[in-house]
Amino acid sequence: MAKATKRKTNTEDYLRMYRQMVRIRSFEDNANQLYLSAKMPGLTHMYSGEEAVAVGICEALTDDDKITSTHRGHGHCVAKGAEFKQMFCELLGKVEGYCRGKGGSMHIADQSHGNLGANAIVGGSMGIATGAALSARRLGRDDVTVCFFGDGATAQGLWYEVMNMAALWKLPVIYACENNGYSEYTKTDEIAAGSLTARAEAFGIESFEVDGQDVLAVNELAQRLVARARKGEGPFFIELKTYRYHGHHVGDINRDYYRSKDEETIWKEQRDPIINFGKWLVGEGVASDAELEEIREAVKKDAADAVEYALAADYPDVGEVDMHVYAPNDAA
Amino acid sequence: MREITLSKAVNEAIAEEMRRDPTIFLIGEDVAEAGTPFKVLSGLVEEFGTERIIDTPISEPGFMGLAVGAAMTGSRPIVDLMFGDFLFLVMDQLCNQAAKTHYMSGGKLSVPLVLRTNLGATRRSAAQHSQSLHALVAHIPGLKVALPSSAYEAKGLMKTAIRDNSPVVIFEDKLMYNDKAPVPEEEYYIPFGEANVLREGKDITLVATSSMVQVAQAAAETLATEGISAEVIDPRTIVPLDEKTILDSVRKTSRAIVIDEGHQSYGITGEIAARISEKAFYHLDAPVLRMGAMDVPVPFSPALEDLTVPTAEGVAQAARRLVRQEVSDAA
Repeated sequence: MAKATKRKTNTEDYLRMYRQMVRIRSFEDNANQLYLSAKMPGLTHMYSGEEAVAVGICEALTDDDKITSTHRGHGHCVAKGAEFKQMFCELLGKVEGYCRGKGGSMHIADQSHGNLGANAIVGGSMGIATGAALSARRLGRDDVTVCFFGDGATAQGLWYEVMNMAALWKLPVIYACENNGYSEYTKTDEIAAGSLTARAEAFGIESFEVDGQDVLAVNELAQRLVARARKGEGPFFIELKTYRYHGHHVGDINRDYYRSKDEETIWKEQRDPIINFGKWLVGEGVASDAELEEIREAVKKDAADAVEYALAADYPDVGEVDMHVYAPNDAA
Repeated sequence: MREITLSKAVNEAIAEEMRRDPTIFLIGEDVAEAGTPFKVLSGLVEEFGTERIIDTPISEPGFMGLAVGAAMTGSRPIVDLMFGDFLFLVMDQLCNQAAKTHYMSGGKLSVPLVLRTNLGATRRSAAQHSQSLHALVAHIPGLKVALPSSAYEAKGLMKTAIRDNSPVVIFEDKLMYNDKAPVPEEEYYIPFGEANVLREGKDITLVATSSMVQVAQAAAETLATEGISAEVIDPRTIVPLDEKTILDSVRKTSRAIVIDEGHQSYGITGEIAARISEKAFYHLDAPVLRMGAMDVPVPFSPALEDLTVPTAEGVAQAARRLVRQEVSDAA
């Protein structure tokens, strides 16, 4: 297995990565509040704690590169270039949402930046991601697709079918497993036999493990693999060790029966991707504490403004209910 | 006009469209050199190569999923599902992914793919290679469903399916692959949602799909010799359904039988019969009858299998009862 190593990029890139991680955290904090205050319909799954995964990878992609996302997809959506306003509108079922309010939290995606959608079927997008890679290769484009999924999804048979084809046909797809240690309400150790990387390696797919709390390590590896996939050296598999701060979803509050408060505290206090990257930026002299504070405050205000906008925004007209069932055909 | 087999008609439709549009590719099990077990695709790989006629491992959910992703990103895949019975294997990718993507994305993404597969019993293939499962997919909003009933229909509907911007499932009757019909040399398309009135009549309407169109036609021939005039309608696509042609016919004849090879319970026959009853009730002189496949897994033994599907004699018998007012509430 190859080892990921850190490599310096420029200041602008560092600060953008920091800001993007803060934006994800801020989006989720607001989403959680909207749920707790009963202003959001339905449920949502928080990405907080996993920010370095989405940002580290998406910062290595172009707008033409594709991603597929999951039910825990707000982080991928932000990291791939989405705006708060349309995201909060989607979360609240408003017509200005990215999916005109028809998708909601579990299908949120800014399609114009190459996000092929968040998927509410665990592992459901593995075929889509692999097909997007096949399409790119067939049509002579050089875009790469990253398939995000959790450790729980590695139990789905579909993954093995599509990895087999991706490896046979050397498709430009990167399978990125966000291993947050829990498959819904069950410890991953209880649902996954053997090692995840060994599973991908069985198909002859080069596999990597990386600390999913270290945005630079993630980004360095992603840049390398994206460049190689673009040259036709894919597919690849990455297992990113990370942690989910909230429960399986926002309503999963009393979770002592499957994981301890102590464990959560350790991850939040010692391994937080934003705090640790902030310390590194200050330590390396890239930014001062005050500058980082300024970024955090600006993002906080953006989010608050977007929430306010979305709360006041219009719901879709009732006439939209049977629109978009079928795609329009060109006039005969 | 020349006559060609249904198999050849499908082959021609795919080849013509692939020549026109380089974004089309075909993917499935043993579709290239083997040309499928029914040899429907023979010759395509020689013309289009293995980059466009793609043989896959035996992984139906996998290649169905690949097709969905490819369709979302600029390709127009044709998925070959060797037997209609394998639909159960691809249901998540077809019904949760392909069917819903356009809607869930607020119209931003679309999935222009064709899933071609088959239906039809009496091939002595037993319960897992004989089902007619089109009702399952017709139930899912977002999918269109075409049921060609001849070589002519198969070519015209396939070409329309390939050009459609939504996912289309097209079921060919696997017992009709070698049946010949007149098919023009010139290019043509059959629009979706326009039923075909194969035979005009005034006493009873026989609405029949796919394999059952021949059965209805044969029944109508028999009935004609007895002085009963039957109108035969092939809806061609059940999603979208040309309700108007069916209702106009029933308003004229006042009686209807709906014949389809799917299981009778909770199926196509029930759906169409219900629409007739809801919308043409006051024109009816008799209850609308459903004739589908028997509600049993398809048996292997010919002695049993032949009992499970509607026959021309069965349809004629039912029509006589309706026309002669022999059907009561207990029918």
